[in-house]
Amino acid sequence: MSPRRSRALIVVTIALALFSAACSSPGGGSGDHTLTLVTHDSFAVSKPVLAAFTRETGWKVRILKNGDAGAALNQVILTKGAPLGDAFFGVDNTLLTRALDAHVFDRYAAPNLRTVTPALRLDPTDHATPVDFGDVCINIDKQYFASKSISPPVTLDDLADPKYKDLVVTENPATSSTGLAFLAGTVAHFGDRWTDYWDRLRANGLLVVAGWEQAYNGEFSGAAGSKGTRPIVVSYASSPPAEVFFAKPTPTTAPTASLDQTCFRQVEFVGVLHGAKHVAAAHELIDFMLTRRFQRDVPLQMFVYPSVTGTPLPEVFTTFSSIAPHPFTLTPARIGRDRRRWIDEWTRHVLR
Amino acid sequence: MTTRRAIARFALAVVPLAFVAVFFLWPVAAILARGLGSQGTFDTHAFGRVFDDPALLQVMRFTVWQATLSTLLTLAVGLPATAVLSRARFRGRLGIRALLVTPFVLPTIAVATAFQSLGVERSLGAILLAHCFFNVAVIVRVVGTAWDAVDPRAEEAARVLGAGPLRVAWNVTLPALRAAIATAASIVFLFSFTSFGVILVLGGPRFATIETEIYRYTAELLDLRTAAVLSVLQLVAVVAAMTAAGFASRRAGGLRPLGHRPRPAPPNARTRALATVALLPALALVVTPVVELVRHAFARGAEGFTHLTTTPVGLPDSPAHAIVTSLRIAVVATLLAVGLGLMLATAVTRGRSRLARFTELLVVLPLGVSAVTVGFGFLIVFDRPPLDLRTAWIIVPIAHALIALPFVVRTAVPILRAVDPHVRDAAALLGASPARVWFEIDRRAVTRAAGVAAAFAFAISLGEFGATLFIVRPETTTVPVMIYRLLGRPGATNVDLAMALTVVLMALTATAAFVGDLGGHRRRAVI
Repeated sequence: MSPRRSRALIVVTIALALFSAACSSPGGGSGDHTLTLVTHDSFAVSKPVLAAFTRETGWKVRILKNGDAGAALNQVILTKGAPLGDAFFGVDNTLLTRALDAHVFDRYAAPNLRTVTPALRLDPTDHATPVDFGDVCINIDKQYFASKSISPPVTLDDLADPKYKDLVVTENPATSSTGLAFLAGTVAHFGDRWTDYWDRLRANGLLVVAGWEQAYNGEFSGAAGSKGTRPIVVSYASSPPAEVFFAKPTPTTAPTASLDQTCFRQVEFVGVLHGAKHVAAAHELIDFMLTRRFQRDVPLQMFVYPSVTGTPLPEVFTTFSSIAPHPFTLTPARIGRDRRRWIDEWTRHVLR
Repeated sequence: MTTRRAIARFALAVVPLAFVAVFFLWPVAAILARGLGSQGTFDTHAFGRVFDDPALLQVMRFTVWQATLSTLLTLAVGLPATAVLSRARFRGRLGIRALLVTPFVLPTIAVATAFQSLGVERSLGAILLAHCFFNVAVIVRVVGTAWDAVDPRAEEAARVLGAGPLRVAWNVTLPALRAAIATAASIVFLFSFTSFGVILVLGGPRFATIETEIYRYTAELLDLRTAAVLSVLQLVAVVAAMTAAGFASRRAGGLRPLGHRPRPAPPNARTRALATVALLPALALVVTPVVELVRHAFARGAEGFTHLTTTPVGLPDSPAHAIVTSLRIAVVATLLAVGLGLMLATAVTRGRSRLARFTELLVVLPLGVSAVTVGFGFLIVFDRPPLDLRTAWIIVPIAHALIALPFVVRTAVPILRAVDPHVRDAAALLGASPARVWFEIDRRAVTRAAGVAAAFAFAISLGEFGATLFIVRPETTTVPVMIYRLLGRPGATNVDLAMALTVVLMALTATAAFVGDLGGHRRRAVI
């Protein structure tokens, strides 16, 4: 081995490292007037809305994403001593107590918190501010039921009816937050007898898959271009308007429908991270997330509903979706305490 | 001179090893320590609890079982194909080699769609087929590069002396390739052992492996203790598998590979038929789902391809921007992996064998550790200056380079070994300086190794999804993450775009593999 050669290689490697470091800045610099929002992979906000915040407050927002909602929260908990940013968006009511018990948020009561729909204000200690909500509901393929002249299901109980044998697909609550929300809904509705319900669903030919993508795009017959064969799926109240919004050309009716007696409500929160560098700016960002400008942006960016009462919805939402009048709910404390036990029991009843 | 050589070799090995230590060993050790150590004491009860849990024991048994079956199936499909692709010369050979690599970058969820429309139901069979689909390329590449370097004249001599083709294969070819086959098989075993998406999506919810459980305990339940125990067990299994592979390859005797070879005789009808039969299973397995995916992408008339430059609603970038981001990350990751990998391969081929074995083992470890473990480890160790890298852009290519490094080392080592040391000694004896020796003799082998390894590293980076997802990163999205996001929403345009991006990803990978092979082959013709 030649020493000259090894030196050359070392020089090349160092040069590479420097080159990579030089490449590393676009959008990544954290100047003094840059605020960092940590969030999960599904967070979205339109550029003009974010620009308005910068214009009004002088703060640029750098958005850091990591994994799905569960992984993102766990990363926030792991980095509590040295937080990745100033605010964290994306903890929902199924995970809220985990965040609160780990003390990752500092208290902040936004002045316009009173404009938020009261039922969504699930944290009386004012550490987590509700920004949006979504309903996990049964969706059906309208075409299927029309062509077979079968009346579509309406309630959770209907799904166990032999009339709908082998027609339902759901997500595994151990690997999917959608599946977990639906499971929580059945616990809320059936109480202690929720496992009986799942036994009946299993006997009626329930199909379980790992995640929403596979359930909806793969197995559900109502999804655009799908080769799926099951006309009943666990999805969201916003899925029918999304089918319309993302179709070309825009249809006049939605190909799918959401059953509003089967919904579990998920609420998403934002909070100031404990140890944040720019606390005042984080407060401003949270205030901004409750303004009409941000709230109006929420439906078409993330396909969820705004948390502030009276925020006007886009037409595709008002025409093709409805907000469930009486969704199933459980307190975050109850979910926090029992979720692991529910998942274990569910696994025993449905998969083993 | 000898001490200078030793120092040089040490320097060559130390940079890549430091890289692995800082960006892999340290974070993983930190997260395992966080899980296992409560206030400085090592919690041994945690292991007992895992071994008392019948469900987790079943998970462990299944993990080993499916990985073993997957490896055997992949060898059965891959080896005959490798034989044809290495020994026969025919038009389209490089094209097929490039095609076989494309599965590497395909998102599992997209592959699941293709399998589903081909009628493959969720089952153990689907898991095995999918592992075979993804990993045939490993056999073809790793064994293929070694095969290319084996002098066919020994086989010809055996044949002239009256040995039948089977006997030649068994007594002459196989021993020469045993090391490469053991290596390739161990990589396939590792990939199947630690496979995540395939198990969940193609296996269905009834199947779980150690890897899927580590993910669940870390990302979903934040039970770092159980996750740490499972990670340690997985590491032990990985080290055991690699050691066994190392043992198998050490016992390998066989031919000394040569760098040159005569042109093979033109094929006759019988060898042609044989080649077709040998190639068919691999082709059928890889081509059918790939064709299905392409067909799906064009099902609604290339609609998805016309929107590559507009930013979809609710996503941070346009698909074109994501392609540029992915390419940029892949270039940096490839440079890192190839640079570090070649340094290490050089050190390994010149070094003492014990050091070499240790190094090769160390470099493979990143494949045996869950992406979520490494990602969470990054978070807790790089949290203060000068190494507050948690949110730096470079962390993504670094993670990709870690994953690509074992492939680079394993592809490069046989090629570098193929250089006859006597030639080098002779040159030195005749008065050539070490640099001149390197330039005249090693350079071509190194360039060839770099070409083949770079294509592999590039493909790995382009398709990498798991680690990218669990590393905190600015909004810039890579193509696989964008595909995942698009498939996470209802609606025709999202699916169309996701399928179009999948095809783009495959095309980029196949091109990279083709160019890498082409560069490699043109160069080897000169030797």
